[in-house]
Amino acid sequence: MAAEAKSDLAPSLLWTVLTYAWLALAGYAALFVAPEEKTMGVIQRIFYFHVPSFWSAFIAIGVTTFGSIAYLKTRAMKWDWVSVSAAEVGTAFLTVGLVTGPIWAKPVWGVWWAWDARTTSTFVLWALYVSYLLLRTLVDEPDRRALLSAVVAIFACLDVPLVYFSIWWFRTQHPQPVIGDGGSLDPRMGKVLLFCWGAMLALFVLVVHQRYRLEKQRAEVDGLRMEAERRGL
Amino acid sequence: MKNLNSVFIAFLAVWAVFFAYQFTVGRRMARLQEEIERLKSRLK
Repeated sequence: MAAEAKSDLAPSLLWTVLTYAWLALAGYAALFVAPEEKTMGVIQRIFYFHVPSFWSAFIAIGVTTFGSIAYLKTRAMKWDWVSVSAAEVGTAFLTVGLVTGPIWAKPVWGVWWAWDARTTSTFVLWALYVSYLLLRTLVDEPDRRALLSAVVAIFACLDVPLVYFSIWWFRTQHPQPVIGDGGSLDPRMGKVLLFCWGAMLALFVLVVHQRYRLEKQRAEVDGLRMEAERRGL
Repeated sequence: MKNLNSVFIAFLAVWAVFFAYQFTVGRRMARLQEEIERLKSRLK
């Protein structure tokens, strides 16, 4: 048993070390490789972690929604485990985005936070996913918990288009997109941005994988507890 | 280098959130593994 647990841990440890090494390199690239932005100066470098953290969060939300729909269709518990794993990791990424945003905003806007459409809808998205995670702690019965969570997750993802399109639909203080159509991002900045996003995606895959294993362990504990109760132990 | 402190605080915040989160996942996994082994030995 112990040998099995150790062999399970070894690739995960190597993967963790490689992922954090990539994150450290991404930090170096953001600070020293990317060219300095002329208007904002050094504070613009927060962008290399702020933007990829939201992109990664959107991927996490996509996985959560997919898992929730798959659970409702199949009632297979593995889809609920996928959903909660991605939702929890996505909430961590949203937290990173929401923490780094105000640190950038204070010197640039003069205020830590502006209740405009983009920031408010993003805060609501974070609150919805925190509610999803809290809800799961309130329901003990696994099937009922999975069903309710799937419905809440599908409802929560409806906020994503509002977050994304808010800068076009409303007058906001938030910067307009600098990549894609009409974007003016320096190609060297674009490369560093993608490198940082790659590091964040590697971290996303690593932690979702670990979090999924945790759900499997939890299900095993529930099964063993039921067996112990059945035997009157 | 105006605002360099803010950039370092932001980078530290990124690392702190990820480290703290992964640490809690690791701790929860270790606790569950102990519980699994305890229950298995009880059921033997």
